[in-house]
Amino acid sequence: MDLLTTLSTNLQEGNDRAVCVLTRQAIAAGLPPAEILDRALLSGMAAVGARFRDREIFLPDVLLAARAMHGAMALLKPLLAAGNVPSAGTVVLGTVSGDIHDIGKNLVAFMLQGAGFDVVDLGTDVAPDRFVDAAIDSGATVIGVSALLTTTMAGMAGVVDVVRRRGLSARVATIVGGAPVTDAFAREIGADAYASDAPSAVERIRGLVRRP
Amino acid sequence: VIGDFLSRVRGGPTVCGDGAWGSLLMERGLPSGRPPELWTLERPDLVRAIADEYVASGAEVVTTNTFGGSPLRLDAHRLAGHVETVNASAVKLAREAAADRAWVAASVGPSGRLLAPFGDVDPDVAYASFEQQIGVLADAGADIICVETMTDLAEATLAVRAAGTVAPRLPVIAMMTFEVTARGVFTVMGVRVEQAAQALADAGADVVGANCGYGVESMTIVAREFATHARTPIAIRPNAGMPQRRDGRLAYSEGPEMFAAAARNLMLPGVALVGGCCGTTPAHIRLLAGQLSASK
Repeated sequence: MDLLTTLSTNLQEGNDRAVCVLTRQAIAAGLPPAEILDRALLSGMAAVGARFRDREIFLPDVLLAARAMHGAMALLKPLLAAGNVPSAGTVVLGTVSGDIHDIGKNLVAFMLQGAGFDVVDLGTDVAPDRFVDAAIDSGATVIGVSALLTTTMAGMAGVVDVVRRRGLSARVATIVGGAPVTDAFAREIGADAYASDAPSAVERIRGLVRRP
Repeated sequence: VIGDFLSRVRGGPTVCGDGAWGSLLMERGLPSGRPPELWTLERPDLVRAIADEYVASGAEVVTTNTFGGSPLRLDAHRLAGHVETVNASAVKLAREAAADRAWVAASVGPSGRLLAPFGDVDPDVAYASFEQQIGVLADAGADIICVETMTDLAEATLAVRAAGTVAPRLPVIAMMTFEVTARGVFTVMGVRVEQAAQALADAGADVVGANCGYGVESMTIVAREFATHARTPIAIRPNAGMPQRRDGRLAYSEGPEMFAAAARNLMLPGVALVGGCCGTTPAHIRLLAGQLSASK
């Protein structure tokens, strides 16, 4: 098995120590950082995402893989930056006002960073104006809003409204997700997109930043 | 006068639980994002009114408005100093409404954090948080400790064990939230019904089961698995479908008639308590209670 396949397999199994060792080996062997990222790490996380979507694996497995990914990215990031790999786009992320749950939001952040996005993570309990202020300050073209609770999801509409009220609808797209959130709900509040899990959030966001 | 809860769930007939709290408080004006527990202190009249309506609808259990009342969870809202008042006041309001016609079930929800090794919360810290909340709930006079909406079996068993330590005389209901997938029924953390039923009973739960989720129909599949695997009585509290937004407000897909009709399929051998979770209202519970008494 070649080095990158081994790296990808270890990433999928969440072996964070092995992932760091193998990433160092790949760098030392002179493999281009972008290739390590693409062929081992991103493909590994995509496989993790697909298996989670099919519930072959569960949240703990995804969290372990994401942690391993994070370790590998810490090694690769300086090299990728030096190689002038262009950013895939800038995304503002946060959990809606009153909601303290960040597991899903953190996974999306991890996977976006892995996929080459710059992520401005505002954390939990984020007021609508903070999302929009952060998008303006960072030049982000996508705002991602997460909610876990039925008592907080209605607050997502506030973020979409503030984007509209401040005249940014043409420049900043909104995407929502979280356990109680559905596609129908996203459409009803006027969000540009909905994602049912972290991997599909990355796919949808890729489509959103390409918007003219 | 309502008798002993454990004799009832072991001997039948099926207990009628109450319905949702958080989503109902929102329907009555709780702003989105405001912790529902705060309304026990700020709007006790409204909290009491909901409890009254559930009792009047035929609920034999009144759940306390304490789902997010653990120190870990309150702390995330910078309300850690309110553990005592939030929990004790909620029991008091539920008790006034229940009088001697219903049991007061003290709600204990998840910490909202991930336990180590997947997250950063030490299991001892989570255990202490549950102990503190459950201690207040028991001292305030709750009849039952109701651990609910858990997805991590480690966290759920910590809560059940904490109840056994600080409230050894109170019956414990332990419910987890499951998804029905093409590959079977699991929590998002990967816990199967058989594992949950066994581990929760081993930890000391007197009643095990499921709450929240994706509506009555998928809950029927979860209930069937519990009926196969549980050695204790079973509690089932489905959502009224999934939340949708209509005219700027949250609405749920299953109305009272649909919910109560579909709930008939939940009354399987071993199912000792049926109630509602998010989206259910006193109107849902009224029809459910009728359904339950008709099948006695």
